[in-house]
Amino acid sequence: MSLLEIQDVNVTFPLREGNLRAVREVNLSLESGESLGIVGESGSGKSVCVSTLLGLVPRPPAVVSGKAWFDGVDLYACPPKVLRSIRGKRISMIFQDPMTSLNPHQRVVDQIAEPLRVHEGMSKKRARIKAVEAMESVGIPDAAERARSWPHEFSGGMRQRVMIAMAMISKPELLIADEPTTALDVTVQRQILRLISDLQKEIGMALILISHDLAVVADVCERVAVMRNGEVVEQGQTSEVLQNPRHPYTQGLLSCNPALHEPGSRLTTLEEPTS
Amino acid sequence: MNTSASYSLAGDAWRRLLRNRAALSGLVLLVLMMLACVAGPWLTPYSHEEMNLLNSHQSPSGAHWFGTDELGRDLLTRTLIGGRISFAVALAATGVSLVIGVSYGGLSGFVGGRVDALMMRIVDVLYALPFTLLVILLVTLFERSMILLFVAIGAVEWLTMARIVRGQVMGLRNQEFIEACEVLGYSNARILFRHLLPNVLGTVIIYVTLTIPSVMLLEAFLSFLGLGVQPPMSSWGSLIKDGVGAMEDFPWLMIFPGAALFVTLLALNFLGDGLRDALDPRRGGG
Repeated sequence: MSLLEIQDVNVTFPLREGNLRAVREVNLSLESGESLGIVGESGSGKSVCVSTLLGLVPRPPAVVSGKAWFDGVDLYACPPKVLRSIRGKRISMIFQDPMTSLNPHQRVVDQIAEPLRVHEGMSKKRARIKAVEAMESVGIPDAAERARSWPHEFSGGMRQRVMIAMAMISKPELLIADEPTTALDVTVQRQILRLISDLQKEIGMALILISHDLAVVADVCERVAVMRNGEVVEQGQTSEVLQNPRHPYTQGLLSCNPALHEPGSRLTTLEEPTS
Repeated sequence: MNTSASYSLAGDAWRRLLRNRAALSGLVLLVLMMLACVAGPWLTPYSHEEMNLLNSHQSPSGAHWFGTDELGRDLLTRTLIGGRISFAVALAATGVSLVIGVSYGGLSGFVGGRVDALMMRIVDVLYALPFTLLVILLVTLFERSMILLFVAIGAVEWLTMARIVRGQVMGLRNQEFIEACEVLGYSNARILFRHLLPNVLGTVIIYVTLTIPSVMLLEAFLSFLGLGVQPPMSSWGSLIKDGVGAMEDFPWLMIFPGAALFVTLLALNFLGDGLRDALDPRRGGG
């Protein structure tokens, strides 16, 4: 059985003007240790779809239907206590903006250590030692000295490393990275992607990487799903989808990639979705 | 890693506070004032209620440093005794607004939805009760006592705090670092007390420094209505009120209690400002 099995998921936001169907009949599955990229333009429902897995989309107002099986547990229907024991321990998440995803009033080392304190009941001292090790493993130089820093003393790239250390410290089976490099500059983006990819292989966890950038997904993920208007229009092995896109939207998306264009020629742009 | 150094926000804030001269002098002044009010009345040779009609309206002298009032009572002793009441009222109001106001507002903003709406309507209702009427009601229902004064002031002082904290928490609630806490599987209590409230502390401290002067004046107002401190007991508020009446002929009756209140509030403001800065790791190096 797959590690994660999303079946017929719909997410609807009731609005005064009618229902907004953010996610429609999505089916996805993920084996343990596998990496899946979800691409699509903004508003395509890719973030909403995975945010529901961890209960980040408040219900109500959102209406969620379908099943999300994680190792035999339906994440949509399980009691809050069970969900809490899965979140942070077996499934972790990294957010888009590292500037706002750390608590400004807590030292870096204690933020990284906190999941261990909560989920494993580890002593403060031991958890801190583990946290410093984790800082080293995500490539923060002088981890021991920088452990006592406050988040504002770190650059964006370093904060994203802290976030990664925090998400990975309990060695989750699944990591969800929601546009983890969008807020970073290009050189740092590559380092962070490499880091996520290396750590994924090292501890053998599954990865869902959400991005609007096909190149990012192509770099890191074995499989890719393309979303548009809340639907998955195409999914398959990354190499296959990129070389042989079947859905016209994927073809369009690929043709927008500047790397495929003659230098100096006009860039292709996607037309507004009509449906 | 240097494990002997303090990691907690409090320890860090304390060190930053000690480096802030204005805040430190405020703290020292405040402590001295409190000590004087607690110990002073035992050290002065007069009691606060001992009348000496032959010595009425004495100007400040070696025998009576602050002079005497119309009944010949020593003003220094009365000011110090009055300080006890004023500090007690301030402490009670601060305590109530910190404990009830912060947790009520924090909970309301954190839970949100219908619970929040209900909790805030309760606050609205309490707000709408006319304060003086409430106190008069309390006084007629129960025996008149100092405790009642504390209860009355406490009952209204947490309301604004609850609203302020609720607003702050609601703003923070949707920040990514709180979502991150949820995703990491932390309990709601942990998120509220470890992650949300520390981020609200700066605002809370500032509001507390605004609350203290206002409750000191509130106490004076209640005493003026005859609902608070009763003679021969004194408080800064009642002393100033009496002093204002006699200001033209005997200015020291107003100047000394007024100066005591002024110095205390000034020290409090310096301390409050310093505390706010000290509690924010982004200000000044660790």
